[in-house]
Amino acid sequence: MTTGSATTATDRREVIHLDRRLVRRARTLAIRAAAPVISLARERTTVSVERAVLRLAGLRGADPTTGDGDIPWVNRVVDAVRDQVGLEHGVALPVWHAMHEGGHASLLDLAEAVTAGTARFELPTDAAATRAHNAATRAAKAGLGQIDRNRATRDRLIRILGDPPRRPWVYLIVATGDIYEDIPQAQAAARAGADVIAVIRSTGQSLLDFVPEGATRQGYAGTYATQENFRLMRAALDEVSRELGRYVRLTNYASGLCMPEIATLAGLERLDMMLNDSMYGILFRDINPQRTFVDQRFSRMIHARAGIIINTGEDNYLTTADAVDDAHTVTVSQLLNETFAHEAGLADWQLGLGHAFEINPDLPESFRLELAHALLARHLFPEAPLKWMPPTKHMTGDIFRGYLLDGFFNLVGALTGQGILLVGMMTEAVVTPFLSDRDLALQNVRYVLDAAGGLTEDFHPPRGGFIESRANQVLAEAVGLLERITDDGLLNAIADGTFGITKRPADRGKGLDGVFVKAPGYDNPAVTLMEADLGGREPS
Amino acid sequence: MTEPIADTEPESLAVLAETAKGLDQAEQPTVIRPYGDTTGDGMVQVSFTLPMTHGPKAEGAALQLAAKMGLDPAMVVHAKGLGGRQSAYTFFVVYGRVAHLVDLDKVVVREREYPLLAAKEANLVIKRTLRRKLVVLGACIGTDAHTVGIDAILNVKGFAGEKGLEYYREMKVSNLGAQVTVPELVSRARKDRADAVLVSQVVTQRDAHLRNTRELAAAFREAMGDNRPLIVVGGPRFDPRMAEELGVDRIFGRGTTPGEVASYLVHTLTRTLTLTKETVRAR
Repeated sequence: MTTGSATTATDRREVIHLDRRLVRRARTLAIRAAAPVISLARERTTVSVERAVLRLAGLRGADPTTGDGDIPWVNRVVDAVRDQVGLEHGVALPVWHAMHEGGHASLLDLAEAVTAGTARFELPTDAAATRAHNAATRAAKAGLGQIDRNRATRDRLIRILGDPPRRPWVYLIVATGDIYEDIPQAQAAARAGADVIAVIRSTGQSLLDFVPEGATRQGYAGTYATQENFRLMRAALDEVSRELGRYVRLTNYASGLCMPEIATLAGLERLDMMLNDSMYGILFRDINPQRTFVDQRFSRMIHARAGIIINTGEDNYLTTADAVDDAHTVTVSQLLNETFAHEAGLADWQLGLGHAFEINPDLPESFRLELAHALLARHLFPEAPLKWMPPTKHMTGDIFRGYLLDGFFNLVGALTGQGILLVGMMTEAVVTPFLSDRDLALQNVRYVLDAAGGLTEDFHPPRGGFIESRANQVLAEAVGLLERITDDGLLNAIADGTFGITKRPADRGKGLDGVFVKAPGYDNPAVTLMEADLGGREPS
Repeated sequence: MTEPIADTEPESLAVLAETAKGLDQAEQPTVIRPYGDTTGDGMVQVSFTLPMTHGPKAEGAALQLAAKMGLDPAMVVHAKGLGGRQSAYTFFVVYGRVAHLVDLDKVVVREREYPLLAAKEANLVIKRTLRRKLVVLGACIGTDAHTVGIDAILNVKGFAGEKGLEYYREMKVSNLGAQVTVPELVSRARKDRADAVLVSQVVTQRDAHLRNTRELAAAFREAMGDNRPLIVVGGPRFDPRMAEELGVDRIFGRGTTPGEVASYLVHTLTRTLTLTKETVRAR
C-alpha cells in the first residue's frame, strides 16, 4: 500500500522526556490486554459484517414492499440466510450458491426473490462450494477495487490541490438534519478555513440495526449517515476543494450497530476520516462488547484499506469522569485503540487518537495540566495525527467565558503539535451553532495559530518540572491500570465498570443476538482478500 | 463608526458593591429596566446576522431591526461579512438603550414541583435519605421497538448535553430494551425491588401508547397494590397532564432531559420516605 498522504509533519523533537521503561511497559501490557479480545473477534462474525460483504459486492437500496420501505435489501437477504441456514458459515457461500441455483442475474434480483419468498438458501459443498466461493470473491474484489480507486483518487487530488497549509487541520462539524442544508453550510465552512468537515449523525442512529437509504432531509440533531448522503457531500466538497486549491476532507461516524457497513460505505464513497472507537459503543451506548469488538475489527480493516484516518473517542471519558483524576484512562484507551488498529492493518498516520481539553478551569494550574496531558499523548504516539477535542463539560452557557476557554484550548493545540483540531464553539451546550458562532470560532483558531503557531520552537518545559513530571505521573497511572486490566482480562474489566462508571458484561447489551461463532469452513471473501493484502499478519 | 458607548466615569468595584447592597436592602421596584453601567440606563447588547452583503445598507438594515426590537438609540459597534469576501451574510454587534420596561408583577414562572438537581446533588440526596441505591428499570413495552426515548434518558451518552441515568452513581439502572411485555416488566420490577419503572412509547397508532400505559398501570396495581414502584411514562405524543387519568405517577413529554427525570425520581422517592416512614412510597 502507498504511504499515507497525511503523514504527520509535526516537529518530532522531544519537548518532554517520558520514562522509556514506562512507555515500553505500557505498550507490552496493551498488547497483552488486547490479545484475547482480538482472538474473540477473529472467531466471530456479526449480521453487520455479513451485510457489509453484500454492500461491498454492490447490493444497494431498500425493499419498497415492507414496512415504511426503509428496510435495506442487505438486511432482508442476511436475515433470510440466518433463518434458513444460520450465519456461522457466512453469507457468501449460501448467497452466491443461491444466485447460481436460482439463475439470478444480480444480487438485487436475488433480494427480490427473498421478499417474494421464493429464494432458497443452503450451504453448498464440493464443486458448488468452490463455484460460490469464486463468484463471491470476484464480487468482493470488485468492491475492494472501488475502494482502492477512491484511495488513489484522493491521493491524486491531494497531489494536485494540496493539503492544508499547516497543522493542526481545522475540523468543523455541520449538522442540520437535512443533507441539502448541510451542503452549503459545509462549503461555507470550508471557504472560511475548515480543512475537515464532519457531518454529525442523527441522534440514535448508532442503535439502528440498519443503515437508512437515500438522501435524507430530516434528522434529529444531526443528519443520517447514508450512502447517498455520503456521495452528495463528498461531491460538494470536491467542488469547493477545487475552488480553494486545497483538498477538504470529509468525516462521518463508523460506530454503533452498523459500524462495518458504514465503514464500507465510507470506503465506497471516498470519505477521508471516520470516528471509530474500540469501546465507545460498549460504554456509552450499551452495545454488546462482543458485537462491538467483532464489528470494530472488520470496520478497521476497511478503513486501513481505504486510507481513511480513524478518530477515536477518548474525549468521551472525560465528559463522564474527572479530567485530572482519570486522565490515565484516556492514555489506556489510546494504547488499546492503537493496538486494535495495528492488528486490523491501520498505519500510525491513520490513528487520530482522541483527547480533550476538559479540566475544570476553576482548578489552579489547569492550563499547565492540559499542556502536560497533551504532550504526553504527543510523545507517546509521535507518528499519529492526534485529534484534539475542545471543552464541553465546563462550557456553561456563558458564551464570553467559553470563547476565552476555546482560545486557551487552541493554544494548547498549537503548542503541542496536535494533528486535528476540532473547533470549539462558544455555544456548546446552548444551541446548534449559528453561522456567526462558527465564524467567530474559526477566527479564534486562526488568531491563535497565526499568533503562536511558531511558539513550539521556544517552548521547552524544564526537565523534571511540573509539566514533565505530570506527564510521567499520568503514564505511570496508566501502566497501573493496564496491569489490573491484564490480570483481570479486558472483557471482565469492562464488565466490572473499569472504564467510565458503567458495568458492561460481555453477555449483555444490544446486538448480541447478531453475533455468531464461525463454523469451520466459514467464508468471508472480503476479509480473506484484505488479510492476504496485509500479508496475513497474525496478532502480535 | 464606533463611538464610546457611554460617557460615564468608570465606577470602582466598591461603589458597585455598595449599590448592590443598597438595592438588596431597599424594596425591589416592580418596574425595572436593563442595567448597563447606570441605574435605569436600559442599555443592552445584542448580536445577530443578516443575510446580506456588508456595506452601509447592511448597517442601516441592522439599525432598522434594532429599532424594531425597541433599541433607541442603537449603535452598530461591529459589522463584518461572514466567511470571506463577497459574503452574503453580515454579522453585527449592536448596543442600545431598550425602550421596554419589565413589569415584575406580570412575570409568571412555571413552577416545577421538584428542584432540578445536578448528578452530584442527586447522588448525595439518595445516599443520605435512601441509604442504598435507587433502583430504576426502563423498557419499551408492547410492539414498540423505538428505544430512542428510553435510551436517551438512561444511556450514559444521555441527551441534550446531559448524561443519562446510568451516569448517576447512586442509581442502579437496568434498561430492558424493546418489546418487553407488561407481565415481564412487573415480575422484573418485583425481583429487582425497583423504586421506579420508566417506560417510553413512540408508536401512537390508534392510541397504542395510551392503551399500553393503562394496561401497564393496571398490571402494577393488580400485582403489587400500594407497594408498586413509581411509574413514569414518556414519549413525544403524550400530554403530561394525563398522568392521573392513565393511572401513572408522571408523564414526560417531548424534549425531556435525563436531569429532569432524575430530579423528579429523587425528589418524589426521597420525599415520601422522609414524610412518612410507615406509608410505603408512591402516592
